[in-house]
Amino acid sequence: MAKVPVESQTAKDTEQQEKLAPENGQPLLGRVTRRSFLSHIGAAGIAASTPVFASVSPQASPAVEEVPAIDGVEGAVPVTLRINGKEHNLKLDPRTTLLDCLRENLNLPGTKKGCDHGQCGACTVHVNGRRVNSCLSFAVMHSMDEITTIEGIGQPDHLHPMQAAFIEHDGYQCGYCTSGQIMSAVALLKEPVGPTDEDVKQAMYGNICRCGAYPNIVAAVQSTRKQA
Amino acid sequence: MDTFQFSRPTTVDQAVQLGAASSTAQQSAEVRFVAGGTTLIDLMKLNVERPRQIVDINVLPLDKIDTAPNGGLIIGALARNSDVAHNPTVQRVYPVLSQALLSGASPQLRNMATTAGNLLQRTRCVYFRDTAHACNKREPGTGCSAIDGQNRTLAILGTSRDCIATNPSDQNVALTALEATIQIQGKGGKRSIPIHEFYLLPGSAPNRETVLEPGDVIVSVTLPPPIAGTKSHYLKLRDRAAYEFALASAAVVLKLNGNKIEYARIALGGVGTRPWRSLEAERALKGNSVNVATFRRAAEEALKDARPASENGFKVELAKRCIVRALTMSTTA
Repeated sequence: MAKVPVESQTAKDTEQQEKLAPENGQPLLGRVTRRSFLSHIGAAGIAASTPVFASVSPQASPAVEEVPAIDGVEGAVPVTLRINGKEHNLKLDPRTTLLDCLRENLNLPGTKKGCDHGQCGACTVHVNGRRVNSCLSFAVMHSMDEITTIEGIGQPDHLHPMQAAFIEHDGYQCGYCTSGQIMSAVALLKEPVGPTDEDVKQAMYGNICRCGAYPNIVAAVQSTRKQA
Repeated sequence: MDTFQFSRPTTVDQAVQLGAASSTAQQSAEVRFVAGGTTLIDLMKLNVERPRQIVDINVLPLDKIDTAPNGGLIIGALARNSDVAHNPTVQRVYPVLSQALLSGASPQLRNMATTAGNLLQRTRCVYFRDTAHACNKREPGTGCSAIDGQNRTLAILGTSRDCIATNPSDQNVALTALEATIQIQGKGGKRSIPIHEFYLLPGSAPNRETVLEPGDVIVSVTLPPPIAGTKSHYLKLRDRAAYEFALASAAVVLKLNGNKIEYARIALGGVGTRPWRSLEAERALKGNSVNVATFRRAAEEALKDARPASENGFKVELAKRCIVRALTMSTTA
């Protein structure tokens, strides 16, 4: 690890500075993200002691890798899923929820698992344009459906207006509920919802935020509605 | 979750055949239909439901909402709760149903849940959902953890020594006040059942909740033709303003003649072991003047047989006030 000559620094300072060197701020090892690194190495202990691999800024996601379903699993059910406009032919354990399929089989981890019981909304996706909780549906039930996830809503260099509004209005803290909030809010734009903040709260109550970013979420939704 | 066979019939007859292989349509069924999945998959994740076969009925042609020949409304079994709630005819002619639906669950759940699935969403409590606790509904004869446990949110009407769980649906309370009928296609053909005959009291067999038999597929729910000039309201009382079951709720439908109540239908939620039609309240209202004293007498009649458990005695008075308030709101423009 290169040493940065500073009078006193914590281990965290060192880590930060090493991430930012060289001076142009580019990650040292190209398009390796935290997620891909961890999924290849696996052991948490190694990850903790090699901070240089963390990317500095979000990149456009690499081409979607599909983890092939385990062939020959007894009772595996073939299904073609249409996600963000792309078709995927899979053979799945029928117990696989749509949520787990997205995250584990299709490398689309933008949709989050909060409660896994349809009570928090973190797993919200669109099925045929409607917002639903992907944790309470089996993937094999969706063979003729158009599914949209947060990855299909916008890209880092071309954000959906709702995503831009969430940033502008600071509509998140830890970010874990955020993809579900945004998916809910985008669907809401096409639903009959009254004009007031109270109406927006009523329309969004299926998405829980433990950090309490609610006022800013409402502001983000309202500002996007005014643009539409 | 145990693994299962998965099939997707394209006709109601095929679905009936598949369902008929189950030994029961009640708790512990080996074959389950899945539509929205919002109750079934929740319970499967908890190992409360352990079907060996799942029959996906989502492609069956049962999702239309149409006017009936007699002027009533036929709601397809697979019509989504959100579609029913926002349907212009429902909102104009049967607004209590729309109000009830929109007060329940969340927008996401309402987009998934179906009319028939909501009918069958299970009378349940936290102990039913937790296999670490004894539950007569899951396993008859093993005991009721709620009676001597936490029962603040549970039933005060229709309870037995074996079960005090509530049916938490809002839709079903409104359908009860509207006197809906349920159309079923089964092994023996088609039949139609009034909703107040569809649900069973727990008695000594809380594992049996409805009159459904193996192979039965609900195909539609029918509302009778509207009675001109009726007023209605759905009032839901709960600890939070949203996203929670009722502690007490009331669906009221009234027709007035001048200052007299000519027609009344009262159904309660949150307090019964099934959607609770109150004939007692209706008798106390019919022919009497529209005022709070009349409403209060009806409320007293509705709750006179209430048997609270250790933590839900407050529901007796709460339910009475809910009835009075709902009647007041329905008769005040």
